[in-house]
Amino acid sequence: MNQLDNTTLLGMLQRMVLIRAFEENLMGLFDKGLLGGTSHYCIGQEATAVGVIDAASPKDWLVSNHRGHGHLLARGLDPARVLGELMGRLNGYCLGRGGSQHLCAMDLHFLGTNGVTGGGIPIAAGAALACKYKKTGEISIVFFGDGASNQGTFHETLNMASNWKLPVLFVCENNLYAMSTPTSHAVASGTIAPRAAAYNMRGTVADGLDVEAVYFTAKECIDRVRAGNGPELLELMTYRQCGHSKHDARVYRTREEEADMAKRDPILTAATRLAERGVPQTDIDAAQQAAHDEIAHATEVALAAPKGGETEALSDLFA
Amino acid sequence: MPEIYYSKAVNEALDEELARDPNVILIGEDIGLYGGAFGATKGLFEKYGAERLWETPISENSFTGIGVGAAMLGLRPVVEIMFMDFVALALDQIMNSAGKLHYMYGGQVNVPMVIRTPGGAKGGYGPSHSQTLTNLLVGVPGIKVVAPSSPAQAKGLLKSAIRDENPVVVVENKRLYPKKGEVPSGDWTLPLGKAVVAREGDSLTIAAYSSMTPVCLAVAEAFAKNAGIEIEVVDLVSLQPLDTETLFASVRKTGRLVVAEEACLTGGVAAEVAALVAEHCMDSLEAPIARVGAKDMPIPSALQLEQAVLVQPQDVVAAVKRVLEY
Repeated sequence: MNQLDNTTLLGMLQRMVLIRAFEENLMGLFDKGLLGGTSHYCIGQEATAVGVIDAASPKDWLVSNHRGHGHLLARGLDPARVLGELMGRLNGYCLGRGGSQHLCAMDLHFLGTNGVTGGGIPIAAGAALACKYKKTGEISIVFFGDGASNQGTFHETLNMASNWKLPVLFVCENNLYAMSTPTSHAVASGTIAPRAAAYNMRGTVADGLDVEAVYFTAKECIDRVRAGNGPELLELMTYRQCGHSKHDARVYRTREEEADMAKRDPILTAATRLAERGVPQTDIDAAQQAAHDEIAHATEVALAAPKGGETEALSDLFA
Repeated sequence: MPEIYYSKAVNEALDEELARDPNVILIGEDIGLYGGAFGATKGLFEKYGAERLWETPISENSFTGIGVGAAMLGLRPVVEIMFMDFVALALDQIMNSAGKLHYMYGGQVNVPMVIRTPGGAKGGYGPSHSQTLTNLLVGVPGIKVVAPSSPAQAKGLLKSAIRDENPVVVVENKRLYPKKGEVPSGDWTLPLGKAVVAREGDSLTIAAYSSMTPVCLAVAEAFAKNAGIEIEVVDLVSLQPLDTETLFASVRKTGRLVVAEEACLTGGVAAEVAALVAEHCMDSLEAPIARVGAKDMPIPSALQLEQAVLVQPQDVVAAVKRVLEY
C-alpha cells in the first residue's frame, strides 16, 4: 500500500484529534447550558474528512451535511469561529444564524453544511457545473451518509452529473446507520458503491477508518474527476462511535459491536502506525496535545466573543 | 410598439439576457430543440447550444438544487419547472436552500437564480397540471415572487429577475401565453416589488394578479359602460413582497376592496392582502373586504367541472356588487 511520509501522517493525526477534541468539548458545553439545539458528532469518522480533504486542492469546493464538524475543521476553518457559530457568537462564520448544520465559509471554498439529508448533493453538482462552465479546473466534493443515498437527490443528481460529465466526487461516509436504521434494513444493494453502476460511473470502496487508505483512494478519484472523466462515487466504510445526535441511547446496536469497532478507531490506528514507523512517542503525544490546546484556546475565544441580537436575527433576508 | 405573444415575450427576455451576460444559463426539461413545453425557449438551443441550455432529465428537485449550487458560484441560472404543480417536487430546494442560504450563511453567498413556472388552468389539463400554487411560495421568507399579467410584464419582470441577486420565482400563466400585447423593444426592465394601477377609478378597488388581471379589467370596463361606476384595478404583480404602498393608497381612495386570484381561496395571496388592508386601512373601509378565488377543491379535468371550481367573471361581478351595495 502507498505510504505517507511521517510528517504528513503526523499532521493528519493532529487534525483528527482536533476534530475529536472539538466534539468532546461540545458535550461539556451542552452540560453547562452554553449550547442550544442539538449536535451531530462524527466521533470515529475523522479519517474520512481528513483523508479526502487533504487529497483535494484547497480550491476544490466542499459541501457537507448535518454531521459536518470534521469536514469544517479538516478544511482549516478556525475552530474558534466554528465554535462561536455553534454558540451564537458574533465571531461565528454565519453570525449564529446557521449553527452546526448550516455553516459556510466561502473564502475557504466551503459551500456549507446542510441540515436536509441529501440536500447538499445537487448543490455540489451545481457548483461542479459552474466549475466546468467557467473552466476553472476546480472540482466539487460532497460528503453524505448512507442515509442520504436513499434520497431522490442522490439518484437524480448522480444521473445528471454523469450525463453531463460534471467534475464532482460523491463521497458516501457509510457509518452503517441512518440515525438508528441499519443499512441492512434500508439499502437494498447492501452497500452504496454498486449503485454507481446504474449511473455509468465508477464506484470505489475504501476503508474509511484508515486515513492513509482514504487519502490515497480519494486522490486517485479526485485526479480522474479533475481530468474530466466525469463524476465518481467513493464509499468510505466507517463507524460513528457516538450516538446519532446529543440524545441517543443507541438501542439499535450492541455494546459488543461498539467495543469491536473501537479497536479500529482511526486515531488509534494512525498513532500506532506512526510509532511502528519509528516516530518518537513524545512527538505523537505532542501533536495530540497541541490539538487539545488549540481547542481549549478556541473555547476561550468563543466564550469571550459577543452574542448577536436582533440586528443579526432580522437582517440579510435578501442580498 | 410591436404586439407580441406573452410566450414570445418570455422568449425574448431569455434571449436578450443570454446574449447580454455569459453567466446566464438555462436549466429545465425539454428546453432544447423542443423549445420548452410552452415554447418559451424556442430557438435558443440553436443559438446558444448545450453549454448554455442544460436540458435535464425529469428530476425537478435536483435540477433546482443544481441551479442553487451554480448560483452560489456566480452563475445566473434560469430554471424552468414545466408546470407549477411540479414546484411541489422542487419545494425542498426552493424553500430550504434557495430561500435561506444568503441569510443562514451570514450573507456570505448570494443565490441569483430564477425559477420560471406556468401556473393556472387552461381548460382540461386536470388536477395535476392546472394549479396556481402561489400560496406555497409567499409564505417562505427569502424568495421573491412575481406574477406577470401581460406580455410587457412577462418580459420586463423576467429580465429584472435574472439581474436580481436573489432567488425569484416568476409565475407565468398558461392561459396568458397565447395572449398578445404591446411590448417596448430595446433593453428595458420593470422593477420587482411594484404593483401597478392598471385602471384608475374611485368607487372600488379590485386587487388581482396574473390571469385575473385581464378578467378584472374587463369587469371594470363593463361596470363603467353599463353603470357609470369607475373601478380601480390594482395589478399586484409582485406577490412577495407585496407593494402595500400602492395597494393601501388605492383602498384609501376608494374605500372598498375586492381581491381576486386564480388560486384556491384559503391561506393565499388574497387572504394576505385582505388581512393587511384590514390591519392598516380599517378607517378607510366602507364595506367588508371580499375575496374571490378558486373553490378549495382539486381542479377537475372535464371543462364544465373545471369551470365550476375556478373563478368566473360573474363571480367577480357578484363580489363587486356585494361590496358596492353594502
